[in-house]
Amino acid sequence: MASRTMAIPSLADVAARGREGEVVDTGTKVDVRGLSCFYGETRALDNVSMRIPAHQVTACVGPSGCGKSTFLRALNRMNELIPSTRVTGSVAIDGQDVYAPEADPVEVRRRVGMVFQKSNPFPKSVFENVAYGLRVNGLAGSRAELEDRVEASLRTAALWDEVQDRLRDSALALSVGQQQRLCIARALAVEPDVLLMDEPASALDPIATQRIEELVYQLKQRYTIVIVTHNMQQAARVSDGTAFFWLGKLVEHDLTSRIFTAPARKLTEDYVTGRLG
Amino acid sequence: MSPRWRGRLSDLVLHGLGLGATLLGLLVLAILLADILRDGLGRLSWDFLTGLPSRRAENAGIFPALAGTVWVIAVTTVLAVPIGIGAAVYLEEYGDRGWWARLIEINIANLAGVPSVIYGLLALGLFVRTLGFGRSVLAGAATLALLVLPVVILASREALRAVPPSLREASYALGATRWQTVWHQVLPVALPGMLTGTILALSRAIGETAPLLAIGALTYVPFAPDGIRSPFTVLPIQVFNWMSRPQEAFLENAAAGIMVLLVLLLGMNGFAAWLRDRCQG
Repeated sequence: MASRTMAIPSLADVAARGREGEVVDTGTKVDVRGLSCFYGETRALDNVSMRIPAHQVTACVGPSGCGKSTFLRALNRMNELIPSTRVTGSVAIDGQDVYAPEADPVEVRRRVGMVFQKSNPFPKSVFENVAYGLRVNGLAGSRAELEDRVEASLRTAALWDEVQDRLRDSALALSVGQQQRLCIARALAVEPDVLLMDEPASALDPIATQRIEELVYQLKQRYTIVIVTHNMQQAARVSDGTAFFWLGKLVEHDLTSRIFTAPARKLTEDYVTGRLG
Repeated sequence: MSPRWRGRLSDLVLHGLGLGATLLGLLVLAILLADILRDGLGRLSWDFLTGLPSRRAENAGIFPALAGTVWVIAVTTVLAVPIGIGAAVYLEEYGDRGWWARLIEINIANLAGVPSVIYGLLALGLFVRTLGFGRSVLAGAATLALLVLPVVILASREALRAVPPSLREASYALGATRWQTVWHQVLPVALPGMLTGTILALSRAIGETAPLLAIGALTYVPFAPDGIRSPFTVLPIQVFNWMSRPQEAFLENAAAGIMVLLVLLLGMNGFAAWLRDRCQG
């Protein structure tokens, strides 16, 4: 970790890069400004500003503890479930600040879905796992509508063919890869705008990982996806834009192709080529 | 002696001591049970279970006490379980982690260690006199509910803490409220553990005598309770009553009464164990 002494680019630098290297023409979905997160006295995220384009996959990369997961959880206000967490700055989704006083964190989390590192299906049936979000949000008026939407979500998550005969079975009886796709289906059922994925494939074997990656690639047509990953190849394969985090700061955010071939920062280059972290 | 041998020897000695301690406990229990069985088995009959107390030992039955115990424990359950689980849910899922929560936590842990007769004295003043429950099933059940409440709360909190946080996160991430998360996801997973702890607490309450004597539960009741305002007696008080008689025949009745109480206890503990196994499997 000799790089600890390396100069961290100033925020103005990062913001300037972000502007000139603007990834998008699809419009900004999530506009993050001056976002900082504290756990007690520890600053886990330091003044991050970043624009996440709609209908694209944005990968967050960086070493463990760099703040990328904290960043992800700040986008749907999951951070505040941990006691003594404090957030400053703003996260605007479609122009509405999710941290505004009148914003309801429950509604924010409905609009911003999340898939976790370790698949965490409810200890209920496959059907009930997907139906739960629809039920608690009152999104399905009738039993038939509920069934339709559960099926549609499972189809979107490329799981329907494997589980259509097992809807009443416990979700815990599925393979780990299937469980993770079930978690994706569950998140999609409530029709979020943005889907956050926190290392969704890190616990999976290569084949299951490939299925998740294919899925991510297809889902971006309908959703804006932010994915945290430890795996550089994965970031390169699935994402359009990549954000590199280091010690709680956003170092560089640019087109994935540029981050991996001609990054603006030496630090970024060292990290993506494996000389660091 | 080589160190290797010394190690082996101390291992053997420790093994022997452990086995001895276990067997000693079992032996004492076995002798106790054998003694009770010898004294009481002859008295145990359908007539004994359904009979009313009598001045003549051979005619005396245990029905009012058995019915009283069932009444009291049933009402205790109704009072203690919702309050205990509610308190645990509040403390685990809603309450913040400040000094206030710590204070409550320490108090509950201390309450679990207060001698039961003190609960009886409190209940005498509060339930029997101030609230005017009288010496009723309700007063007895309220007393025992107070007694088991700390244990129910502690067991329920333990069960809630065992629910993986990832389950709560999954629910919140779908836009569920705190209450929806607790009700639909957390409670179903925690419930078997909560009930196991509760049943064990209740099975201890069944054997309580002192607090019920303190509130003035009767020792001679020739009828089964017919409601929560009815006077009552319970199995341990009936046994206590019989044991204090000089006649040999009443001691046999006491032994038979103890057997009834033990069967009830074993039944409840067995149910708790079954519940625990089922949720683990």
